[in-house]
Amino acid sequence: MDHPLLVSYLRWIVLFPLLGAVVNGVFGAKIQERFGKNGISIVACAAVGLAFIFALRAFFQLTGVAPEERYLLDTLLRWIHIGSLQVDIAFAVDPLSAMMILIVTGIGGLIHLYSIGYMHDDEAYWRFFAYLNLFTAAMLTLVLADNLVLMFVGWEGVGLCSYGLIGFWYKEHANTTAGNKAFIVNRIGDAGFTLGIFIIFWSLFEAGHGTTAVFRDLSQLIHHLEGQLVWGIPAATLAALCLFVGAAGKSAQIPLYVWLPDAMAGPTPVSALIHAATMVTAGVYMMARMHFLFSMSPVALGVVATVGALTALVAATIGLAQFDIKKVLAYSTVSQLGYMVLGVGVGAYGAAVFHLMTHAFFKACLFLGSGSVIHAMGDEQDMRKMGGLREKMPITFWTFLISTIAIAGIPPLAGFFSKDEILWLTFSGGHPLLWLIGFAAAGMTAFYMFRQIFMVFFGENRADEHTKEHLHESPPVMTYPLIVLAVGALFAGFLGVPPALGGSNILEHWLEPVFAGGHGGGHTAHHHVEVIEYVLMAASVGIAAVGIFLAYLIYYRRSVSADTFTAVGGGVPYQAVFNKYYIDELYHATAVRGTLAVSWLCSVFDRNVIDFIVNNVAKVTGVIGWAVGRFDHYIIDGLVNGLADVTFGIGNRLRQIQTGNLSIYLYVIVGAIAVSQFLPRVGADILFPVVIVFLSLVIVVGIALWLSTRRIQWRLMLTKEGVSELR
Amino acid sequence: MESSILTLMIFFPLAGMITVFCLPSQAKDLIRWTAFAFTLPAFFLGIWLYQNFDTTTTALQFVVNVPWIESFNIRYFVGVDGVSISMILLTALLCPICILASWNIERAEKGYFALFLLLDTAMTGVFCAMDFFLFFIFWELMLLPMYFLIGIWGGPRREYAAIKFFLYTMLGSALMLVCMLVFYFQAGAVEGVGYTFDLTQLPAVAQHFQAEPLLFGFSLPQIMWLALFINFAVKIPAFPFHTWLPDAHVEAPTAISVILAGVLLKMGTYGILRVNYPLLPEETFFFAPYCLAALGAWNIVYGAFCALSQCFTEPKDLKKLVAYSSISHMGYVMLGMASFTPQGINGAVLQMFNHGTITAMLFLIVGVIYDRAHHRRIDGFGGLASVMPVYTGVMGLAFFAAMGLPGLSAFISEVLCLLGAWHTHKIPTLLGALTVIITASYLLWTIQQMFLGKPREEYADMHLSEINTRELCMLAPLGVIVVVLGFYPHAVLDLLDVSLQGLNEVVLSASTSSPDAAAVALR
Repeated sequence: MDHPLLVSYLRWIVLFPLLGAVVNGVFGAKIQERFGKNGISIVACAAVGLAFIFALRAFFQLTGVAPEERYLLDTLLRWIHIGSLQVDIAFAVDPLSAMMILIVTGIGGLIHLYSIGYMHDDEAYWRFFAYLNLFTAAMLTLVLADNLVLMFVGWEGVGLCSYGLIGFWYKEHANTTAGNKAFIVNRIGDAGFTLGIFIIFWSLFEAGHGTTAVFRDLSQLIHHLEGQLVWGIPAATLAALCLFVGAAGKSAQIPLYVWLPDAMAGPTPVSALIHAATMVTAGVYMMARMHFLFSMSPVALGVVATVGALTALVAATIGLAQFDIKKVLAYSTVSQLGYMVLGVGVGAYGAAVFHLMTHAFFKACLFLGSGSVIHAMGDEQDMRKMGGLREKMPITFWTFLISTIAIAGIPPLAGFFSKDEILWLTFSGGHPLLWLIGFAAAGMTAFYMFRQIFMVFFGENRADEHTKEHLHESPPVMTYPLIVLAVGALFAGFLGVPPALGGSNILEHWLEPVFAGGHGGGHTAHHHVEVIEYVLMAASVGIAAVGIFLAYLIYYRRSVSADTFTAVGGGVPYQAVFNKYYIDELYHATAVRGTLAVSWLCSVFDRNVIDFIVNNVAKVTGVIGWAVGRFDHYIIDGLVNGLADVTFGIGNRLRQIQTGNLSIYLYVIVGAIAVSQFLPRVGADILFPVVIVFLSLVIVVGIALWLSTRRIQWRLMLTKEGVSELR
Repeated sequence: MESSILTLMIFFPLAGMITVFCLPSQAKDLIRWTAFAFTLPAFFLGIWLYQNFDTTTTALQFVVNVPWIESFNIRYFVGVDGVSISMILLTALLCPICILASWNIERAEKGYFALFLLLDTAMTGVFCAMDFFLFFIFWELMLLPMYFLIGIWGGPRREYAAIKFFLYTMLGSALMLVCMLVFYFQAGAVEGVGYTFDLTQLPAVAQHFQAEPLLFGFSLPQIMWLALFINFAVKIPAFPFHTWLPDAHVEAPTAISVILAGVLLKMGTYGILRVNYPLLPEETFFFAPYCLAALGAWNIVYGAFCALSQCFTEPKDLKKLVAYSSISHMGYVMLGMASFTPQGINGAVLQMFNHGTITAMLFLIVGVIYDRAHHRRIDGFGGLASVMPVYTGVMGLAFFAAMGLPGLSAFISEVLCLLGAWHTHKIPTLLGALTVIITASYLLWTIQQMFLGKPREEYADMHLSEINTRELCMLAPLGVIVVVLGFYPHAVLDLLDVSLQGLNEVVLSASTSSPDAAAVALR
């Protein structure tokens, strides 16, 4: 790791999608007019395809060298070099980011293809693909960044694209509101992220062994944070928690998850790409990238694990009662992200990343499948109006089913291995309670996913006649990506077969150079098999089976009515779950209302207090000006006139001194000399204040005078007539 | 020749003013083009200056230092260093753009353009002057055309706004005048300095002031620091001296708003860096946590909340929103300056430049829609994205830049300010960092209300025409700068770094003479 392999092609992984975004964003309307929509899709898909090729090249270059040397670095541009802050626009590939860029460009590429079909009838086709490419570029920046600041660029970049794509159909008010919500909630996380960077940077600086924001150097220096305090809190803990706030925003954890369900307002490929497979996993990725920091703080890890487990459970319960096909998947995503965060929290970084990967496959497939369904149903999203789609849409059905089995955790599909690894490491890491929460959520996952399968694909079609006539399987450009993703959902799990099942956990070994030294390595290092692991494994499969069976009874056989459950406790629990625990309402009543109230107060204060003072000071000055004017007229002028009289009088009197008496002349001369001797001894210490006070007075009086005398003329000048006079 | 470049930049517009005066007032197009032509030399000289500026030294460059009023040792002393270069360039960039933005001025064009060119001279002069008296003269000179430009060509309440602006600024000027004279007389008493207004010599004077408390427990230099600070705070504008800004912006014509927010506000922070920092370094260090950091953070928070309120309380004026956002963004400059870290102070001056370009874009954008609809109500449009897509694209760039989105220029400067400030002032930095949430709220809400949704019925037939070439010409250069500086901030940072670190050194080394400096340095 000491000497990164310097290469110069990693930049193209980012630049190609960026270029695609610029071309389609700036010239898209013209291209679409001139060459049709194919022109747009060729540019967009080629950009991602080329990025994928370079990502593959990076991957194979990594496999070609010894594990400890697997680190590629490409410095593109000198970026910010101020003082001890030295960060570049530089891209790095290590085993972790190699895996991520393959997911982003690979699955992202498939979703680009799918979008060609899905968005075909949209007028703003070019805008969609420009956003999609820009998103890909930003996501790749986030993943490839070799320092925290550049990662933040990608971090906000994906947020921007997410905002633009959620509100893609911007003529609907609800869509843009959802976009705003996503962006603003994520901003809360972003503030946490930046504060985390500040704390790390300066606490390291104060430790006196140099400071940096570059990941590679951070991993070497981070142990100096030990003993550093910020506000009496260990710096490592505070920094980790701040970064976790960022992760909670992006990866939709409690209490910041509320934006993700609303984000389903965007086109379905967006939900698949951004709000399932890639962007929402950025928080997990960031924490894995900063694992050395999190591992330093058991407190922070405890918070992360608890929040992750609770999110998994809470979102799963909400998912039980939703009827919108995409909302179910959205809450399922939140829940699965909870598992990943739980994995990070128990130090099982490898397992978390493994689940991130398998989830990318099956959740992207589920979303695209739901998109296929929505497409066929004429933009209908309510599952109560679907049903019986199995015969009409066989490819969609089978791929959807495979992915559902995968997410439900049935072996040997992908979700089983990854979810179970997290659960097992939670249990063996000494968190039986968190395991229990994750275990319960697993059962619910199986239930609500199969509820969806039965409601959508089995039984009678409940749509109106018109929709029924138009039911059709989607075109190949949409179904092929589904097939590829389903294959991934089938087999991706085999990358991480645990030793207990006779596997060697290929992925874990692949990621080992990244997580070596952290607690994550420690957890997976012991390969001895315990009996309890098999017991827990069987239990997870068991509870999944129970969930599936229950769904089967209620929604297929209909031998048990759903009302038996909804009526429990007088329907209160069901109402709470159905209404998402009223969290949105709560936030609106507190945070949103509170902010608006403060803002209203500020503006009232500005107008009614500060301006009140200012205006009155002006008025008082005006009055003083008037008074001074009067003073000028009656007193000063009076004085001057009086003085003239007095002078005349004195002159008259003085004539009488001119007596020719020499002794009187002498007295006058001596007196004058005495005064002239005394005057220069008045030192600067007296003169200065006198001069200052005098000058200030002159200025203030001057302004006032000027104001009072010019007032009338101003009026003249500032009115229209005055202006015409001026001309 | 080389050394006279600054003089040329200052006085070319003045020559333009005289030329414009000589033109017949009916030849409106000729007046416009003449005015435009006389702002261009400064622009090109600015490019030349940028290329030939030596970034490795803290010394003044392109200096002209000749006697002006010899009996008082007042000198015509101009020069440029890293503190001022970015501001000179910004002025040279914005002035031609503002002339373009003034094309629609319909009353007394001759007077307008003549006054504008005078304003140009005064602004460039302020940034170049290295003699306190000259600085003061330019400072006051700026006031005059600004007053008339708002008061004559402004909106309905222009009279109120212009007088408010004038009084606020006069208050500050009076204080600065007194401080300047105190410095002058004190310099006369100092061995080896003598009576002078030379800003490069006056730093030697400060330590000769008496340190005993004079008024309310403050010593004379401390009082002078505060007096100077109030003068500059009015311009920044720092709370509670800020209320002239929203009024002035709302009433001023577009181009004047651009100049106000783009250049004039920067004079406040520039003045503090140019006068307070080197002349009274110890006092600067003493007051920075309160007057710069705490007040800066308060500016950020308060400005953002006031801007947010414009989204839902009358008069829902877009220009007022942008004005308050300026107050908020200038807070970052104050916070960064107060940190005395290389990141903070570099970030502060970079933020001054970036805010100058971004806020100029924002006001130009407001002007574009105002020219078409003759109102600026945030809730008075809706769906503009469908009607004016190109305009919406430009707006998006400017709004997201104002939001500090990474990849655009303001991100770098805001992060540098906050990062630098975290070292010395944690709570103010925390407030500043959290305010990005509010900033995003008001900008996104505005975008949603004005640009998204369905187009309003009343504008369906009263076709709002797409942004035209002239308007694009004034927005495009700024947009390019905003994007380029996001990826290559060193295009500006390189100019600043050496000088600003020198300034930091001055303040920090002066502060080490105070007893608790060691404890402070450890912070």
